[in-house]
Amino acid sequence: MSDIILKAENISKQYRLGLVGTGTISHDLNRWWHKIRGKEDPYLKIGDVNDRSTKGTSDYVWALQDINFEVKQGEVLGIIGKNGAGKSTLLKILSKVTSPTTGEIKTRGRIASLLEVGTGFHGEMTGRENIYLNGAILGMTKKEIASKIDAIIDFSGCERYIDTPVKRYSSGMTVRLAFAVAAFLEPEILVIDEVLAVGDAEFQKKAIGKMQDISKGEGRTVLFVSHNMAAVQDLCSRIIILESGKLIFEGNVNIGISKYLNQNNVSKGFVDFKKVNNIKSASFSHFEITNQKGEITSKFKSGEPITFKTMVSVKHLIRNPVFSLRISDLNNVNIITWRSNDFKKEPLPKMQKNNFEVTITTKTLYLLNGIYNISIGLADGKEVLDSEIKFEKFEIFPSKPNDEFHSITKEKSTNSLIYSAAIWNVYEK
Amino acid sequence: MDNKKANQDWLYTISPKNSAINLNFKEIWYYRDLLLLFVKRDVITLYKQTILGPLWYFIQPLFTSIIFTLVFNTIADIKTGAGVPPFLFNLAGISAWNYFSACLNGTSDTFKQNQGIFGKVYFPRVIMPMATVLSNLIKFGIQLLVFVSFYIYFVFFTDIAYNTSPSIYIIWLPLVVIIMALMGLGFGMMISSMTTKYRDLSFLVGFGVQLLMYGSAVMYPVSLIQDKVQLGELPIWVGNVIEYNPMTTVIEMFRFMMLNVGSFSFIKLIYATTISVIVFLLGLIVFNRTERRFIDTV
Repeated sequence: MSDIILKAENISKQYRLGLVGTGTISHDLNRWWHKIRGKEDPYLKIGDVNDRSTKGTSDYVWALQDINFEVKQGEVLGIIGKNGAGKSTLLKILSKVTSPTTGEIKTRGRIASLLEVGTGFHGEMTGRENIYLNGAILGMTKKEIASKIDAIIDFSGCERYIDTPVKRYSSGMTVRLAFAVAAFLEPEILVIDEVLAVGDAEFQKKAIGKMQDISKGEGRTVLFVSHNMAAVQDLCSRIIILESGKLIFEGNVNIGISKYLNQNNVSKGFVDFKKVNNIKSASFSHFEITNQKGEITSKFKSGEPITFKTMVSVKHLIRNPVFSLRISDLNNVNIITWRSNDFKKEPLPKMQKNNFEVTITTKTLYLLNGIYNISIGLADGKEVLDSEIKFEKFEIFPSKPNDEFHSITKEKSTNSLIYSAAIWNVYEK
Repeated sequence: MDNKKANQDWLYTISPKNSAINLNFKEIWYYRDLLLLFVKRDVITLYKQTILGPLWYFIQPLFTSIIFTLVFNTIADIKTGAGVPPFLFNLAGISAWNYFSACLNGTSDTFKQNQGIFGKVYFPRVIMPMATVLSNLIKFGIQLLVFVSFYIYFVFFTDIAYNTSPSIYIIWLPLVVIIMALMGLGFGMMISSMTTKYRDLSFLVGFGVQLLMYGSAVMYPVSLIQDKVQLGELPIWVGNVIEYNPMTTVIEMFRFMMLNVGSFSFIKLIYATTISVIVFLLGLIVFNRTERRFIDTV
């Protein structure tokens, strides 16, 4: 009980859609009229679930609805969700920028937030002056900043520019500086939103490392919002998923991420591409995945042969057809690509105007359990004729105890994606 | 029981309800460095990339005074009192008025100006208007120096200022400055709070402040108005508006302290002080109420 540092209870937030203008004053008056008679706010009752894409019936929406969660001391909690799911609203409430419509958040530590880049940076002031200003905005005292300024400058890697006005900085450098200031903050709870999106690879790595230090080494709590699943996976010890203002998942990172990435599209094992394009000289019309027995499925055991079958309608002669099939993981990391002309294979024969069926069967593909994307493509020589990217998923699931690969796949202890047989030897010398 | 104890452990709670006056002085004290850094930022960035730089602090009141002297004293023939150079009379009024109007203008768009930063991080919002008032105080100090140098010039190097001398009441100068600051801050906070949702007021501020200047005895002595009212040349209500406008009192007293023209009364000083404190507290209440919700409506 005592190690719970932050607790959100029934947090809801209502927003009004549309223009704030002539209509609002009547609502304000009505609200005030209800208030002086001691009645409930009439507009609190109405309000739709916040789904950005559908047309609602009310002018009011719930950006957040009944959010409950707890964060333990030293935990890195990831918050993921689609655009408009309410992540930033939640962070804004947490960092006291706006207040919730109902509910409350209790905390045992001070919360500092790092929302977006260079908040409060003034272009005309030098890097050094901005470090002081930004640090103070984030809640540090001048003395604290002075004692850390060398470390901050060093971490940002902007030493050469530190006495130059920030308006001359590149956007990446601004982020570096901003992050460096925040990284040296010492609040009990640090809130971070999407800042890693802009820095270069080297800096992102550094930033993630620093955040791990903060949470693991120094026992501070971090709330981290990002669309970068790899970063979330690396950093967080637990995640919550928001969807249309509601909390739909709380718990394990890997389970949560695959649940999130899988939202709304359960693989059936086959796809019909509806939009057969008449302008293109060739287009895919159907795709399916089958197992050894010829059954259409999207679930396989590791090492089990998988047959990918696609139908192509060809409208013009293709002299030098090249098919490709790519498997990538959900973070879109390419795992393997097969091309029909790999390793100087015999080129495929010319294809006349007709319909064709193309199949490829894996022989030795030991993917570990997880969900994978498929992409296919067809080219004439180097000219791409048609491609379907990340259109279908299949799942490799843990095999049963008596299966061949059980010992590897039952628990994915590492973040690796494939298995390959190898022999270990240890000799005493 | 256990639950109750656990509840007391919380450092603070974020909740929708908020009392009217919830000014957390401890928190403001904690952020005092931020206040000073904002002041520093305002001062050093204002004239960055200008050629004349801080000279603009001098140029503004100087040229305004010259124009005022030409228009009101030379052309319109307003008497500022024997032995008191009209230029000094105007410079004193303008310096004081500038401080008030800078405070008011600077704070009146606090929420609109800073919605970017207010939307991202929390710190006591009241720091922002306070910083404006303080950085303007520095500007006012510089302008006061300009005034003093012209003062010395007129008193010692010309013979038109034979009746000009500072009055003993100059010890009340800090109070007058505080009154101006409180009033500018109070009105500014009210306006900035109200403009978050309905922008109408922001249109009013720009020319409203300018109009108010004419009603605050900046370029004429109050005695002139009193005379005109007695002669029946001016409606009584206009005389009252000018007379009971607290800014008139402030300007008049400021000139009296500096130049020994006009009148001074403790009753008026108390009157202005009371009004300014009320305005300030009212502004603070409105500001505090807006603070929590403004980011959704701005």
